[in-house]
Amino acid sequence: MSNASGRPIVSIRDVHKSYGAVEILKGVSFDVAKGEAVCIIGPSGSGKSTLLRCINALVPIDRGEIRVAGHEVHKLKTDKELIALRRKVAMVFQQYNLFPHKTALENIMMAPIHVLKEDKDEVEARARKLLAKVRLEQKADAYPGELSGGQQQRIAIARGLAMRPDVMLFDEVTAALDPETVKEVLVTIRELAEEGMTCILVTHEMGFARELADHMYFTDHGVIVEHGPPAEFFANPREARTREFLAQIL
Amino acid sequence: MSRRLGWLEPLPQTSDLPVLLPVVERPISGANTDRKFCPSLARLRGGYGFWIVAALLLSAGVAGAETGPVHPSIVATLIKWTPLLFGGFLFNLAISAFAMIGGTAAGVFLGLGEIVQFAPVRAVAWLVTHFFRNAPWLVLLFFCMYMLPFQVTVFGTTVPLPDWVKATFGLALPVMANVAEIVRGAVQSIPSSQWESAEALAFTRSQILWMIILPQCVKRMLPPWMNLYAILAMDTVLASIVGVNEVMTLTGDALGAESRPELLLPFYGYILLWFFLYCYPIARWTIRFERRFAVDR
Repeated sequence: MSNASGRPIVSIRDVHKSYGAVEILKGVSFDVAKGEAVCIIGPSGSGKSTLLRCINALVPIDRGEIRVAGHEVHKLKTDKELIALRRKVAMVFQQYNLFPHKTALENIMMAPIHVLKEDKDEVEARARKLLAKVRLEQKADAYPGELSGGQQQRIAIARGLAMRPDVMLFDEVTAALDPETVKEVLVTIRELAEEGMTCILVTHEMGFARELADHMYFTDHGVIVEHGPPAEFFANPREARTREFLAQIL
Repeated sequence: MSRRLGWLEPLPQTSDLPVLLPVVERPISGANTDRKFCPSLARLRGGYGFWIVAALLLSAGVAGAETGPVHPSIVATLIKWTPLLFGGFLFNLAISAFAMIGGTAAGVFLGLGEIVQFAPVRAVAWLVTHFFRNAPWLVLLFFCMYMLPFQVTVFGTTVPLPDWVKATFGLALPVMANVAEIVRGAVQSIPSSQWESAEALAFTRSQILWMIILPQCVKRMLPPWMNLYAILAMDTVLASIVGVNEVMTLTGDALGAESRPELLLPFYGYILLWFFLYCYPIARWTIRFERRFAVDR
C-alpha cells in the first residue's frame, strides 16, 4: 500500500467508532509510511475528521487498532500515555484555534516550553526560524486577532512544527479561508511534504491533493471506498461512488 | 467527545445561567444580554447625582426652615457628625473588601469544583453554589450571626469573633456562590476548540485550564465580578440590622442623639450620596470594560 521504505509510521486496522446510535467509522484500515503524504477526501459526514482525531486520540475508538510511531493508540489510557503520543503527532485545525491571549511567537513557544520542558532561549530561536519558514517573521508579536485567516493558519502550522512531530494531521485547513489566502497555506504544506514530513490531510482542494499526495483515499459512510495513487485515482476511479463524488466537485 | 484527560469535565456549550457570550458575538447579538449585567445603577446618568444633591439640599433647606433658632443649622449638624459617619462608611467599605476577597477566593474553587470530572465533587459544588446563590442575603447574614460563636479556640488560643467578622463571613457566602457561577460560566463560554487544540499539543488538563482557558476567562469575568462588588458594597448596610457599628447604625445613633425629626431626610440622603459616589463609578467602569473587551481581538 505504501510506496516509501520501511514499516508504516501510522497503521490503522478495522477502526470502528459510534456516537450513540450513529456509526461514524465502520471498519477503516490503512497505512501511512514515513515521509508519505496522504489525502483523504469524501463527502461531509463521511467520518474524515473523526478518523483524523482518532490518530492522536482526541477521539477514543470503539474497536480496532491504531499504531502511531510506536504507540498503540487503542490501548492508551492514562494522561501520561496520551501526552507521549500527542508529542509525536501535531494537528492543524480548520478554524486555526490559536490561543487568542498569546502572541504569534508565544503560541509557537508555549508547548515546547511547557510540554517538552525545553530551554526558553532555544525554543525562541527555533520559533523565530519557523516564523521565517512560514514567512511571518514580522508578525511575531501580533495577536491572532490581528492576523488574517491565512496568516493564523500558517502560525498554527508553525505551532505544530515547533513540537518536532513525526506526523502532521491537517483537518480541512483551508476550508475556512478566503480564496486568496488558500494558496499561501497550501504552499507551506507542500514545502513540508517535500521536506519529508509525514502528512495526513483531510481536504476539499482536489487540485492540491492530486499534486501533493502520494496516495489518495476516498471515504463515504464510514468506510474507505477506494484508494490509489493520485494519477490513477483521479483519471480512472474504479468505484461508481468515487466517480459520482469526483464528478460533483471537479 | 474528546478523550478525558485528568480531572476536568469536557465542557457543554450551553448554560441556563447568564454568562458572558463569546467575544466575537457580543457586539451585535450580545447587546440585549449585556443589559442583565449592567446594574440598574449604571443606567443612570451622572446627572442624577446632581438630583440627589439637589434633593439633599432641598430637604436640608426645608428642614432648616422648620428649625428653631435654638438649633444649629442642618449643614452644620451634618458637618459635625461627618467624621463619625465617614468612619462608619469606611468600615462598610472594609467589610465589602474583606467579603469580596474571601468570597472570590472561595468562589473560584467552588466554580472549578462545579466542572471537575469527579461527579460527587461536582454535585456537592453545585448544591453549595445554588443553595447560597438562591438564599436572601439578609437571611444568610442572620444565619451567620447566630451560627458562629462569639469566639473560637484554636490550639489553645482563644480568638474573639466580633460581630463585624461574622457579618463579613455572612456576606462572603453569597459572594462566593455568585463568583462560582461567574467562573463556571466563563470557563464554559470558551469554545471547546481551545481545549481540543491544546490537547492536541499534548498539554495536560490542568495546564490547559490554568495556562490557556482561565487567562482567557479573566476578561470575561471582570465585568460581572465588578458588578457583583458594587451590589455587595451597597448591601453592607444590611450589617446594621445585626448590630454592626457601620454607617447606618451610626447614622441612627446620631439621629437619636440629635432628637430632631427634620434631620432624618438630610442624614439618610447624605449617606445615599456617599454610596452613589462610590458605586456609580464602578458601574461606569464595568460598562467601559465590557465595551472594550467586546471589540478587543
